[in-house]
Order: sequence, then structure tokens, then C-alpha cells
Amino acid sequence: MTELKDIPETSETRFGDFGGQYVPETLMTELEKLTACFNEAEADPDFQAEFHRLLNEYANRPSLLYFAKRMTEDLGGAKIYLKREDLNHTGAHKINNVLGQVLLARRLGKTRLIAETGAGQHGVATATVAALFGMECEVFMGKEDTERQKLNVYRMELLGAKVTAVTSGQGLLKDAVNAALQDWAARPEDTYYVIGSAMGPAPYPAMVHAFQSVISTEAKQQLQTVEGRLPDAVVACVGGGSNAIGSFAAFIGDPSVRLIGVEAAGQGVDSGKTAATLEKGSAGIFHGMKSIFLQNGDGQIDKVYSISAGLDYPGVGPEHAALQASGRADYVGITDDEAVAAFEYIAKMEGIVAAIESCHAVAYVQKLAPTMRKDQIIICTLSGRGDKDVAQIASYKGVAL
Amino acid sequence: MNPLRKAFENGPAFIPFVTAGDPSAEKTVAYVVALANAGADIVELGVPFSDPIADGPVIQAAGLRAFAGGITVERVFDIVAAIRQQTQVPLVFLTYANIPFKYGYERFCARCAKLRVAGLVIPDLPAEEAGELLPAASQNGVALIPLVSPTSGHRLAKLTVHADGFVYIVSALGVTGTRDGFAQNLDDLIADLRKVTDAPLCVGFGIHTPEQASAIAGQADGVIVGSAIVKLIADAPDDLAGLAEYAGAMANATHSGRGQA
Ligand SMILES: Cc1ncc(COP(=O)(O)O)c(C=O)c1O
Repeated sequence: MTELKDIPETSETRFGDFGGQYVPETLMTELEKLTACFNEAEADPDFQAEFHRLLNEYANRPSLLYFAKRMTEDLGGAKIYLKREDLNHTGAHKINNVLGQVLLARRLGKTRLIAETGAGQHGVATATVAALFGMECEVFMGKEDTERQKLNVYRMELLGAKVTAVTSGQGLLKDAVNAALQDWAARPEDTYYVIGSAMGPAPYPAMVHAFQSVISTEAKQQLQTVEGRLPDAVVACVGGGSNAIGSFAAFIGDPSVRLIGVEAAGQGVDSGKTAATLEKGSAGIFHGMKSIFLQNGDGQIDKVYSISAGLDYPGVGPEHAALQASGRADYVGITDDEAVAAFEYIAKMEGIVAAIESCHAVAYVQKLAPTMRKDQIIICTLSGRGDKDVAQIASYKGVAL
Repeated sequence: MNPLRKAFENGPAFIPFVTAGDPSAEKTVAYVVALANAGADIVELGVPFSDPIADGPVIQAAGLRAFAGGITVERVFDIVAAIRQQTQVPLVFLTYANIPFKYGYERFCARCAKLRVAGLVIPDLPAEEAGELLPAASQNGVALIPLVSPTSGHRLAKLTVHADGFVYIVSALGVTGTRDGFAQNLDDLIADLRKVTDAPLCVGFGIHTPEQASAIAGQADGVIVGSAIVKLIADAPDDLAGLAEYAGAMANATHSGRGQA
């Protein structure tokens, strides 16, 4: 059981030892303004009302908490509830955070939005909200990811965004973040950087936590209504950690609820082809934050690998690093093969084509549920829908489309 | 007083930059010696980082060449040791926060002090976070060189409280790379900085012609030239004479105002 001491202490810019604002001086004034703006907005009932109106009327919230009856029966252990972020407008949890941040961008008088994207879901969400508010939008995406996620590239362009393929590094999510940070430093006056995960310099991790916490605030209430109790475990996949922190937020103070983040182990945690940051990484400073990173002994950031474009990031948000260090949350790895098996499993078992990212969480639930009693409850967050992944999974399975 | 201050005693200082290990350790030693002989007052040595977010394509490419040549942090220190057998030119490192953090701040600064690396420029360690490195740096007599940008505005006093080496003025927004124009408020920025600090003010980011160097030297205390030198090395890695000639011209342009004041 978690005791209160397990919850990391937070300050204005830190979670335990992690967080901070490790960015070039050029961006510090922007972060100061953003912090003030976010603090004001948090306390402003009009802002909150507009944010929640958009979540409900535009993004289709609240999202369902669905009892996965066939999965529960098949696995023969704990009851499994799925928090259906895949049913949100644009098909993933990313829209929750984007709506909040773009409202802040407008409050700051910005006219241009930029974003990084891995799987393309955050880019699509940002392009969508840019269209909704008539703002200019440029999305940075690793070249490799633009190949893996062609459908989302076209969706972003359809929505009026410019998609810039980033060729530096491995052409993956990390490189897209580098490019976005550089673009922001070149044009800080009119540009707002919509960071897509619970990472980056303060106040982003706290901001993303605040905007994504709607996931667990709803789920807690929904479960209370149907079961009259708290869950025993909450399981979510972790890339940078936004859907996971959103899924954990309302339960962090409930010591009986186990919080489990599932990382992409790629070909295996010890294979050298992995993105299991919290299992294999060490403390470092990168992308504006002190957190845990996959890196070598010199502090050079490692190459990463996962089948999932949304999870192959060599770092993780600082709050997760702190939750792991304090022992409040546990982090585990799921391999490509396990995630692909879960992709097929949940499709056949529940009629849900879930994002390959989310299927990492599902795969862990397949292991966890049978070890728990039938009167226990797991909430598993389905962070997104899997349409974007169908072609890639088919090719992984050797099926020509 | 930090030894870097001495480099400004005779007037504006010329501060060229090279990436350590680009394209090899031996070449870097030769370049630094050539730059010192050509009139460099301080040499800035880049310690490569895998993801240099403050650097443009030219310096990014230099980092990749250095990694291809097998550079490591330990080898950078070896390069400095080899440089020290040939020249006592003041040296500063430019690197990213994760490099000294991972090495251990105390261990890194002690190593610097031993090899007479007099200062550290760390673009992703702003004033808000500098406190974690500052004790190790000052105990070892290594200056943590603050960066100031055209967007710093009200932050100038906060940025320069610990400026015991020099102040690095980033003369343009965005990443490193040669430019023809600089931030419009550069004059004002220099004037505002003079009100809050007596540390030498050096301008970098984009300077590449002798005309630019002498114009900057007319207002500031130092001219930092990075991408232009790195590009010269990339284009002709064996042309030490060409490097010395360019550096000499830039040094002369920077020094042209000396003794006139
Ligand atoms: C559907 C989906 N789930 C999860 C993630 C991982 O991000 P995070 O860890 O921030 O939730 C992504 C990122 O692209 C995604 O598209």
C-alpha cells in the first residue's frame, strides 16, 4: 500500500528531483509569460468553463468508461474497464491537452502554433484546433515517422497545417522535438509551441497534467457510479507520459490504487532496441527537463526503437521519473510482439481497433488481470484508436494490402 | 579574478570556436594552436552533444563528424591536455547541460581547472538552473558564462550576477549559423547590460566578416566567431594556412580599435 510519503514533493518547476527549465535563454521570457498565463487561467472560472465546453461539445467528452466483459471473462481475473480516449474527436487523448494549450496561446496573443509529433496524433490534434481557431500551424515530424504514419501526414495537411519532415538524427520523435524547440527559439514573438506530452520545461509538464487529468477525474466518477468504489489498478501506456499522467492524476492521492505505466520495450528491455526509458535509463538533462533518459555514459542520448511511433522517445516526463523514484507508480515494458498480439486480441475480443501505443497497456493488462481476484478492478486507458496503425501492423504480420 | 578577464585587458577580444574532435583529435589541437598564433584571445572549444538544440546545421554537422571520429568526453580532455603542451591561450568549453551533469559537476569542473579551461558556456542551463552547477564551478575557479539574448528584457540583472568571466550576447534569435543581420536592439542591449555588470560583453551568433567584427568591436568587448570557422574547417580540413589567414583577418578587425580609446 502506498503511504503519503510516496507522493513526490512538487514545487513551482519540479516534481521531486525532476523537472526544471533547461532551455536556452531566448525562451526563458516566453516560459515566464506562459507560467503566469497558466496560473491565471487555472484560477479563472471563465477559462475553465470554455475549456470544458470545448472538451464536451467539440472533443466528445466525457469519454466512455466501458466494461470489457469478454476480456474480463477470458482473462479470468480482475474486472477490466477501458477508458475510451480513442472515441475522442481526432481519435486520441491528445486533443484534451491541445484544447487547453491553444486557449492559453490565444490568451497570450499568439497567432502561430507549432507542434512535434511522433505517431501523428498530436500533430493532427494541433492542426485540428488550429483550424478551429483560424490559426497558422506547422508540425515537425521525423522523416521516418512521416513514412510510418503517412495517413496522419495527409490528415494534417488536409486540416491546413504545414508538415515539416525532420531529417536530423534518426528522424524520430526526439528529432522532431529538437526541430520544434529550434523553430520556437527563432520566432518566439508570434509562435506558441504546443508540446504534446507531459514533458519539456516547466510549466509544460504541470500544464499537460492539468489538461489531461480530465481522463482520471471522469473515470473515478464513472467507476464510482457503476461500482461504488475505487479501482485497484490503473494501467496506461507511456511515451512522454501524457495519457498516463492524465489517467493517474485523480488517483495519486488514493494509496490503495496501484498506478502502472507501460513503456515500449521494442525488441526487449535488454535488446538494445528499446524505448523502455524508465527501466533502462538514468538521470539526465534534455529537452528542457531533468528526467530519466536512455543515454550512454557520456550523456549522449541513445537511439531508440519501438514499433510504435508514439512511444519511441528516449526520455519521459519528469513527473513519471519522480513517481517512479518515490515508488508511487511502477513502470513496466511490453515488447513489439506482445503489443501486436494485444492489437489483434482486443480487436477480436471487444471489437475495438486500438492504437498500437494503447495496445502496450492492453498487453500488460493481459498479464496482470489473471493475477488479480475477480472482485478487483483494473482501469486501462485506451489512449487512441488504431486506424492509423492498420497498414503497419499488416506489414509487420507479413500481410500485403 | 577569473583568468579570462586578462584576455580583455588590451581591448576587444577575438574568440573563435571549434568543435573538439572535428574531424579528429590531432586536427583540433592543430586548429587551436593555429588560431592562438593568429591572434585569438580566447578559444571556445565545443564538447559535442548528441542533440545540440542551440546549434544550426553547420555546428551540428561538426558534431556528427566528431562522433564519427570517435570523440568522447574523456578524449576532449585529452585534446585539451595536448593543446596545453603548445599554447596557454585561455580556453572555454561550449557544451550542453547533460555533459557536465552526467560526468558529475564537481568532477567536470575539477578536470577543467586542472587543464586550465577557464569557463563554461552552456546554452541549456539558464540562470534559473545554474545554481546546481555554480558551487562546483566557483570552487574550482571555472567561470559559468551567462548567455543573454535579444528577448532577455527585464532579466539582465538576474543573468549577470555571477558573471565573473564574460557575458555571451546571443546577437540573433534562433540557432547558430552565419548571418548578415543582427538583432535590431543590439546597441540597446549592450547599453542596458553596461548598467548592470562590469563584466566584458562578447557578441556571437552569426558573425563572419571582418567588417562585422570591427563594427561589433566598436561597441562590445569581444567578438565570437563559430559557424564561419567551423565551415572553413569542414570545407578544407587540411588547409591550416587558410584557417590562420581568415582568423588573422578577423582578429585584426576585432583588434583594430585597440589603443584608440
Ligand atoms: C494514441 C497514443 N497513445 C499514446 C501516445 C504516447 O504519448 P503519451 O505518453 O504522452 O500519452 C501517443 C503519442 O503519439 C499516441 O498517439
